[in-house]
Amino acid sequence: MNLSIKHLIGLEGVPREDLDIIFDTSFSFREVLERPVKKVPTLKGKTIVNLFFENSTRTKMSFDLAEKRLSADSISFAASSSSLSKGETFKDTIKNIHAMKIDAVVMRHPTPGSAKLLSQFVDAVIINAGDGTHEHPTQAILDMMSIKEKFGDFKGLKVSIIGDILHSRVALSNIYGLKTMGAELMVCGPPTFMPKGIEHLGVRVTHNIMEALEWSDVINVLRIQMERQGKSLIPSLKEYREVFGITREKLEKIHKNLTIMHPGPINRGVEIDSEIADSEHSIILHQVLNGVASRMAILYLLVGGLK
Amino acid sequence: MHIHEFNGKLLLKNGTILDPFNNQEYKSDILFEKGVIAEIGENLSEAGMDKVLDASKMYVSPGFVDIHVHFREPGNEIAETLESGAKAALAGGFTKVCTMPNTSPCVDNEAEVLAVYRKTAHLPTDVYPIAAITQGREGKVITEMAILKRAGAVGFSDDGTPLANGQILRNALEYSQITGNAIINHAEDPELRGNGIMNEGLASTQTGLPGNPSIAEETMINRDIEVARFTGGRLHVPHVSTAGSVDLIRRAKATGVHITAEVTPHHLSLTDEYMKTFDANGKVAPPLRTENDRKALIAGLKDGTIDAIATDHAPHVIDVKETTLDLASFGMIGLESAFGLIMTKLYHEEQMPLLDIIKKLTINPAKIMNLTLPEFKVGEKANVTVFSADEWWVFSRKNVESRSHNSPFFGTEMTGKAKLIVKDNFIVNC
Repeated sequence: MNLSIKHLIGLEGVPREDLDIIFDTSFSFREVLERPVKKVPTLKGKTIVNLFFENSTRTKMSFDLAEKRLSADSISFAASSSSLSKGETFKDTIKNIHAMKIDAVVMRHPTPGSAKLLSQFVDAVIINAGDGTHEHPTQAILDMMSIKEKFGDFKGLKVSIIGDILHSRVALSNIYGLKTMGAELMVCGPPTFMPKGIEHLGVRVTHNIMEALEWSDVINVLRIQMERQGKSLIPSLKEYREVFGITREKLEKIHKNLTIMHPGPINRGVEIDSEIADSEHSIILHQVLNGVASRMAILYLLVGGLK
Repeated sequence: MHIHEFNGKLLLKNGTILDPFNNQEYKSDILFEKGVIAEIGENLSEAGMDKVLDASKMYVSPGFVDIHVHFREPGNEIAETLESGAKAALAGGFTKVCTMPNTSPCVDNEAEVLAVYRKTAHLPTDVYPIAAITQGREGKVITEMAILKRAGAVGFSDDGTPLANGQILRNALEYSQITGNAIINHAEDPELRGNGIMNEGLASTQTGLPGNPSIAEETMINRDIEVARFTGGRLHVPHVSTAGSVDLIRRAKATGVHITAEVTPHHLSLTDEYMKTFDANGKVAPPLRTENDRKALIAGLKDGTIDAIATDHAPHVIDVKETTLDLASFGMIGLESAFGLIMTKLYHEEQMPLLDIIKKLTINPAKIMNLTLPEFKVGEKANVTVFSADEWWVFSRKNVESRSHNSPFFGTEMTGKAKLIVKDNFIVNC
């Protein structure tokens, strides 16, 4: 069971065979996480660096935990990107990592392409924990694992991604991954949150939330931020909730149960109301647990086989 | 590349002369003596020559003219000097270049204009400074255009910094009519461009990189055209990049606006798909656009909407390119790769006639900057570039005379290469 990929930079172009291996391995580690003793010696002697140039709580903790449970030696480096002279620092960081001969780097960085840049200059496995508004492949893998856990298969399954698609790395990775797995996709949000040409990626596009809800089996609701890169692309969070927020009123109009997902952190009362996020149809906390399991799988598959 | 001083008699034999002044193509020998054309004709005698060069299977053109280069002197000599830039021009077949004024300090005063001439007088390349439109390139008060012209400025531009204020543009397009020089405005609406790094479209959606939409360029070109129409001033549009811009310029020309336009070799060769490599060398302003735009630029060149090809040669040291894309500087070097790309794309792929291509590289750009070119006549100064239309080569770092190496074209196969320049009393092996 070897992956064809050497790094995990994004899900664009990652073949279905690789994703199947990752899911199978993820469910095995999920079983490990249900045991009283959750630690395995799989990555003993391997060194992993977690480089976070951008704030993260959930993803960083999830990787930390995955590394510890695999018995890897890991260190974390958090740098507030705005407080550093980023250019020289990034290049010097790359050179330093290269010199220190470590096995893998997990990196989050605010700039698209930074994970790829790192992989070109460093002789280590690179795992992208989010590069700006480009991709967040491990999030999409844990999202897909959570869908698979509930539905068993992706074929013909209708998944909507709702919110700020333009600034979302989660949306892009989910689109690539779910398309590869055979799901059908729709994106929904205000036109100012829709990136140009998104329809050419094989997704339906709508600005009508009811259309999205009626069409979907699963909705993945994205976090909404008022200010993005100095631009106010929506007038207010209040109006966003009224038009696009996932509320009981909207869900009651469709006569079926939708599976509710959210990559976190949640703005309760903006993109989704509390009673929906905490409802029986929400699999948001499964996503969190599956995040640790799938990151263990990814680390094991990419780093474990190294001599 | 080698530059030799040569004061004797040079016979260039059997070349095919491309004469854009008279729209002619013919086989002829040319005899140069002391930097001047002494004789043109077939089967000139080799007797008494100090040097005889065989140019059979070669074309002989007026030296190429590039009206848009950035040499970084004064201020950033680590990236390029006037001398290194002038040598890069020769390596690419260019004998005349016009430098943009965004140096530090900028070329907005008589002394800086004169300094460009003084520092390049000893070189074969003629380097003509374009001066700033506004003092300090701050977009507020226009420069002393008459004095700058007297000192030798050939055009006016705040290049890199769009003239956002329409009133200042109007002022410049009116006042510059006393000098007869073109106003060159880098047309990108700063607000619509925002923090855009690449063209906004499917490729920016796939890379997640902030998009710079085509409307940022088109809305400003549209404004510039209407102000030029209203004032009767002379507007030159640098580095046109979108299909919409080509349409706007085509309609403006048809309705009598005094407008000219240029396009870069990189916008003719690459598209925004290149940015999927995340190579910072593809980060240019305006950005690489779509295949549809690239085709429209070629159509605009063919039908005369776009007058000239200019490189926008923009050297940067590696540190500002080998970094994350948000921090990387805009621009790529272009002088040494330009002719190979032009021949590959326009001559070999698009079957554009050689004489038409040569006009876009010689008399058309010269006219935009009011430069007089020596013709193929006895008594005219030597100013020819000899090139092969069919030589296959791979562009590499060894072809680069520039101090900087920020090019996405290393490793690119090209067909067509500048081989030799005879300029005044210099012979240059490109």
